[in-house]
Amino acid sequence: MNILTNKKVIISLLIVLGIVFPFIIPNLYYLHIMTLAFIWTIAVYGLNLLAGYTGYLSLAHGGFFAIGAYVIGILTVKLEMGFWLSFLLAPLVTMFIGLIIGLFALRTKEHFFAIYTLCVGYIIYLVIDKWEGLTGGVRGLIGIPLPEAIGPISFQSPTAQYYLAFIIFLLVVAVIYRIVHSLTGRTFVAIRNSEDLALSLGISTKRNKLLAFVLSTFFAGLAGAMYAGFIRFIGPEIAYTTITFDLLTYMIVGGIGTFAGPIVGTFLIVIISQNLQFLQDYRMLIFGPLLTLLIIFSPRGIVGFIQMQLYQRKRKKQESLAYKNREEETNAGG
Amino acid sequence: MLKLDGVSAKYGKYLSIKDIGIDVTQGEIVVLLGANGAGKSTTFKTISGLLKASSGKILFNDEPIHQTAPEKIVQMGIVQCAEDRKLFPYMSVEQNLMMGGYIHRKRKAQLKQSLHDVFELFPILHEKRNEAAGLLSGGQQQMLAIGRAYMAKPKLMLLDEPSIGLAPLIVEQMFESIKNINQEGTTILLAEQNAFAALSIAKKGYVFENGQIALQGTADELLSNQEVRKAYIGA
Repeated sequence: MNILTNKKVIISLLIVLGIVFPFIIPNLYYLHIMTLAFIWTIAVYGLNLLAGYTGYLSLAHGGFFAIGAYVIGILTVKLEMGFWLSFLLAPLVTMFIGLIIGLFALRTKEHFFAIYTLCVGYIIYLVIDKWEGLTGGVRGLIGIPLPEAIGPISFQSPTAQYYLAFIIFLLVVAVIYRIVHSLTGRTFVAIRNSEDLALSLGISTKRNKLLAFVLSTFFAGLAGAMYAGFIRFIGPEIAYTTITFDLLTYMIVGGIGTFAGPIVGTFLIVIISQNLQFLQDYRMLIFGPLLTLLIIFSPRGIVGFIQMQLYQRKRKKQESLAYKNREEETNAGG
Repeated sequence: MLKLDGVSAKYGKYLSIKDIGIDVTQGEIVVLLGANGAGKSTTFKTISGLLKASSGKILFNDEPIHQTAPEKIVQMGIVQCAEDRKLFPYMSVEQNLMMGGYIHRKRKAQLKQSLHDVFELFPILHEKRNEAAGLLSGGQQQMLAIGRAYMAKPKLMLLDEPSIGLAPLIVEQMFESIKNINQEGTTILLAEQNAFAALSIAKKGYVFENGQIALQGTADELLSNQEVRKAYIGA
């Protein structure tokens, strides 16, 4: 196998790049952007598990992201709990709320599911925006503490925070890899392919859809908690649907339902939009058409496009091989 | 083993079945004949629970199953192999087969044995076990679809048009394999348009017309019936 297409080589290179990044580019601003990109990617992975692998497009994902952020915010700022305990609780509480919402949302399908979850997302935003006693309303929550030092490791410096996000990011990628390559992951794919087919294999689609939904909210909550711990200030705008659509864009550009898609999409867009910062809002004039073209020509994003090319090439090779065999057979027979 | 008694169901606007009565005894191969849209697939969907019967009873080993959820019906031992060979095109052959064994997922040893059995039945699948299912030829895909249904170790297998779109030589092999599966103890309900091939391995058959059963009898009776010969065999 070519060294450039060897997966192990690419993955090792990327991990090394992640480790040495703060030394190559010792620029605090870029470090900040990279840390955020890790956090967004985790949220996108959650969305991809549900929308990509299971085929249920949730538009409440930004809402669950905000729930994770607000749980850690409320626990640390209002109840003055320690950071790590709150950090642990945030995705769990998000998952619990996800479970309850999922029970209702999954009674719908396809675009009805998308519309239903869009409404749920908006309600989450409204609750956060209006419930001043709990969430601080439009003023938000200020002063979320830094993570407490673990032994000799403190998280004061941006570099330390970068590495913390990087480590959690790697863990999440590993966990997602295990999920999508397990029977459970293939069960999700079976549901996406055809729910009737899944049912006729004896798969309980109800249970597995709920599992996918709950898992996706877990990663949204985790990303939200990381965001709150990193930025240390949260306002209701993080629950707004823009976040959902940002995450959606990252996922679609990278490749919906592909394993590497969330990383590719998130980092690509975050980096490009940083470099187009000088265009201000006009950069959407570039993004919009690009996104449209991508969806027309490769609905499964960049990674999906590459996968399709490889698949087609293999198929052609096999067809020509089969043709050759047949020809030889006829020649031998005749 | 399986008994449909006055079963009616609706599927979409035009496809419906009315007052269907079918009786399958353990160990048999029973054929449902009929043109496209005659109601064979709708009957299958109703048996496997994907479609709810609007009236009538379906009994499996004397237990009513017409209100049972589809995944429970699979666990009871009825497995459907759908008409359009719905595979998971991007999964490997082996992964497709393992999905078929989903209900036995905790019994690893049994799954290994079933996989072995399928590979014995269809050696080509063993050769291609790591290939993506979408890269297989039509005949191989059909073998994989049957193999996947076999992985669930069903008591009753519903096969919907296994010969559709296949070359005559492959069709012959396919029916040979179906006979083998039957001889190993799986009861088979087979929907077919290829009446001659199907009746030659079956014990009895039902002829569907416009969502109703127009004719029924033993395989020999149907094979010698003038109308059947005219409509399905062309002689």
